[in-house]
Amino acid sequence: MVFPDLNPIMPELIMTALGLLLLVLELFVKEKSNHVLVALVGIAFIYFFLGYSTGVTFNGMFIADSYSRFFKYIFLICLTLSMLISIRYLEIEKSLYGEYYILLVFATLGMMIMASSGDLILLYLGLELMALSTYILAGFLRNNEKSTEAAIKYFLMGSFSSALLLYGITMLYGLTGTTDIKAISIYLSSNDTTQNYSILLAMVLFIVAFGFKIAAVPFHMWAPDVYEGAPTSVTAFMSVGPKAAGFAVLGRVFLTSFETVHLEWTLILSVLAILTMAAGNIIAISQTNIKRMLAYSSISHAGYALLGMVTGNAAGVSGMLNYLFIYAIMNLGAFAIIVMLHSEGFSGEDISDYKGLSKSHPVVSLIMLIFMFSLTGIPPTAGFIGKFYLFSALIDAGYVPLAIIALLFSVISAFFYLRIVMYMYMNDSDKEVSLSISPALGLVILATAIMVLYIGVFPQHFLIYAKTAILSI
Amino acid sequence: MVPLDWYLMLGGVVFCIGMVGFMIRRNIIMMFLAVELMLNGVNISLVAFSHYLQDLRGQVFVFFIIAVAASEAAIGLAIVILISRNKNTIFIDEINELRG
Repeated sequence: MVFPDLNPIMPELIMTALGLLLLVLELFVKEKSNHVLVALVGIAFIYFFLGYSTGVTFNGMFIADSYSRFFKYIFLICLTLSMLISIRYLEIEKSLYGEYYILLVFATLGMMIMASSGDLILLYLGLELMALSTYILAGFLRNNEKSTEAAIKYFLMGSFSSALLLYGITMLYGLTGTTDIKAISIYLSSNDTTQNYSILLAMVLFIVAFGFKIAAVPFHMWAPDVYEGAPTSVTAFMSVGPKAAGFAVLGRVFLTSFETVHLEWTLILSVLAILTMAAGNIIAISQTNIKRMLAYSSISHAGYALLGMVTGNAAGVSGMLNYLFIYAIMNLGAFAIIVMLHSEGFSGEDISDYKGLSKSHPVVSLIMLIFMFSLTGIPPTAGFIGKFYLFSALIDAGYVPLAIIALLFSVISAFFYLRIVMYMYMNDSDKEVSLSISPALGLVILATAIMVLYIGVFPQHFLIYAKTAILSI
Repeated sequence: MVPLDWYLMLGGVVFCIGMVGFMIRRNIIMMFLAVELMLNGVNISLVAFSHYLQDLRGQVFVFFIIAVAASEAAIGLAIVILISRNKNTIFIDEINELRG
């Protein structure tokens, strides 16, 4: 037996070691801010190693290519930013337990494995590692009824959807005799399987299972409840990381394994995308809780990103990658501001809490305005660039009606995003809002705002990454 | 020898009982057990396929599924305990603080 090449899997190995190290530290070091420091140093190492790890190892089970690397950068940025957001939030909630950071690290490890998996067995294990960690994170505020309710709902829907995924994998295994994603695609393209319904069943089960993970309509009903009930810092993490991981798997499995049934899944995904955009944007209008509103907004963004999958070509999928990256940054920034408004005894989650914010806190309001513009897709912010390339890829691929529908829904979305801007700048405050500012939170907000503007103004520096990332699929 | 179809039918029926159970039961523990039933339906099919194809992947996969199901049970029951402590109920219909 040849010892497997460890170079491609190095970032994951370091991540595992970091998680274990944090577990040991939890026993001996009582000062929790040291844990964050250790974790951040570890993550910096992983950023460094990520650039050097390429190749296929463990007999094709683990693939480290430019596609998976792009997603891993999203996951790591999401992990870093949500760790920085969490410090202040957990202090306010008095839930500063060391397990929090360990679970964040292991959830991210699961996502990285999902993005890199070349085999359905590994894919399932990565998915469960991610899911099990986030179930606990959702219920992290133990004595808070909303948080436990979010955890149980997330847990039930998550375990149900992974059981469906497993049945889909079983179908594929029985049909092709292998679980390797590449080998499945070779088998399906060399044998005539058009008369075989089990491949269609497997495909539908995959779509349902990952529809749950990315919160696509009609599999979204858990998302608003879970996003509202979970601790805000966890919501920020969950609305970006697991969603991007779901898209990573959708991209890899559907563009390689299910290539032969391309027409069928394009049809299903375009219907899902329209439903998702419609429900997400329309229901968001009537929300009064900002976390719940952002939950519906995140559902609708999943709909936009699905459009990239619908085209099925390189331009569309690289548009999807861009969109996910931009969405990650602007969404985490917006959640950082929500955390800032939260202080002891004051939730700051109601949309009316933003009334007159510009008079008492002009800088924070300005940054919130940038994020809201970006989420709507108004130039010169990154959100515009994301939508622009996504919709133009869609039109190039000949899906003009779909692009028009998507544009209409993003006009509708302006209503609820700009309502917050209106509250901040045009209304008078009816209560005193004190911000809980910490250096880490300030850093997150500044960094994300600068990134959003930078990508919005100089997109060419950034678009090239997604273009090269897609070459390996 | 028992043909493959019979095993697949058994696996499919167990899976479907689990799925229906998940949808109609309102007790969280019963819903959770229904998911376990679904996983076992999958396991039966996987082992049957594995034997039929003379390929060990399926059986290895079953071990992983069992291990993951065990950790899922640990986490799920922990959350159920939290729920019953905080709300004094384990019926999903009575857990409805979040809605809108």
